Amino acid sequence: MKWHEKMLNIDRRWIYLILGVAVIVPAVVSFHVPVNVTPEVRRVYDFIEDLKPGDIFYVGIDYDPASLAELHPMAYAILDQCFRKDIKPVVATLSQFGAGMAEQVLSEVAAEYGKESGIDYCYLGYKPYPAITIMLMGVDFRVPFPQDYYGTPIDSIPMMRYVHNFDDLKGVISLSAGTSSEFWIIYGYGRYFMPLALGVTGVMAADYYPYLQSGQIFGLISGIKGAAEYEALTEYKGEGLKSIPYQTTTHVVILAFIIVSNIGYFASRRSKK
Amino acid sequence: MRRQLPLAITFITAFTLAVQYFIPHRTFEILYEVSQVWLQIVGAFAMVLGIVSLWQLHWGKARGRKPGWGYSIVTLVCLTAMIVFGFTGPTKLGEVGPGEWIGPFNWSYDNVLSPLSATMFALLAYFIASAAYRAFRARTALATILLLSAVIVMLGRVPLGDVISFGLFSKVANWLLYVPNVAAKRAIVIGVGLGVAAMSLKVMLGIERSYMGGE
Repeated sequence: MKWHEKMLNIDRRWIYLILGVAVIVPAVVSFHVPVNVTPEVRRVYDFIEDLKPGDIFYVGIDYDPASLAELHPMAYAILDQCFRKDIKPVVATLSQFGAGMAEQVLSEVAAEYGKESGIDYCYLGYKPYPAITIMLMGVDFRVPFPQDYYGTPIDSIPMMRYVHNFDDLKGVISLSAGTSSEFWIIYGYGRYFMPLALGVTGVMAADYYPYLQSGQIFGLISGIKGAAEYEALTEYKGEGLKSIPYQTTTHVVILAFIIVSNIGYFASRRSKK
Repeated sequence: MRRQLPLAITFITAFTLAVQYFIPHRTFEILYEVSQVWLQIVGAFAMVLGIVSLWQLHWGKARGRKPGWGYSIVTLVCLTAMIVFGFTGPTKLGEVGPGEWIGPFNWSYDNVLSPLSATMFALLAYFIASAAYRAFRARTALATILLLSAVIVMLGRVPLGDVISFGLFSKVANWLLYVPNVAAKRAIVIGVGLGVAAMSLKVMLGIERSYMGGE
């Protein structure tokens, strides 16, 4: 086999092995990669930063453990910003596997600031059928969520006493790895005109630029890079910024394989002529 | 009657809910609110139907020793176990005190579901690397455009690209995302939207009846 044929036919196990090494390298050799903040992430940060203490802001943890690595850092940084500014988040999840994760992130960040459930934040838990739940929240939070996650009736929760529907919220951010973000655009914005921002996985991001350009969403945080940007803005020491070196090494490896593949392809074309 | 009644229910429900959107009157608001509650109830029945259907499918596969029957048994055991755990132990972390046993439901969530889901998703990186190596070859003009766009967006959306190009990659990547990407996506979304509207009209008027089965 000629050298260019070898370049074209690298066994996939070598690709997996080299990528595996690339994932391990940043854990052994630490290095820093600067992160530039994109306007769509800054708009989310500025929106929350401009809210007043006591304002109610909805945070949707609409993802499952599969997307935890990309979206969990966003949740931590956003909730940290809310609690630091004394903004009261209403948190719910539209993902069937999201309830445990949402409780974990909320209780951890709340404990750091000494915030109390029901007074400084409210966790509503999970309800199936995202589209229906969003529409019902637009009518009254009490319809899909008569009680919070811990079984307390909504009317007995001090911070929810005067919160009935989207009119009583200042905005919504949905951190999503599925179709619930589209339901938020269709019903949350389309029907109720809620100021809406999205946090999505890296592979989903391209789908949401039309909505960003049309103003249907005011901000977009995409993937682990977006989470790192948000952490850079909020100065939150989370997993987003820590993940960037790993992302860098794996991207370098993938690009190297693409280059090798194309060199092999052109060399084999030339040798055939 | 078996055919006319579902058609009538579909028409009345669809027509009323479509019309209420354009009439800002309290009566229609109440109608809308009631319909949302009904939707939730219908949804709950659909979930029961889903569980029964899942059980029937996998039970049939396991009993008939059909290909992959072992996975069906795993599915049924896990389904049953999680339902039992959910009804018997604490399901919410808030119900458990510090240092106490979190219960089988939370334990399974933390130690089985969460790492398995994350592992499955993480494996994608390996497949993407392998697929990128094989697919991104400049064989034709269109393939070259795809290759260049992919490389620029890949570099433009990670900090490394900005470092090596002094910000050029991120500017070009943003242009690609905001102009060609938005144009193509918008065309697709509008096309899909018109298709959905046409399909909804056909269902509402009884032209499209496949949802009743057999036609």
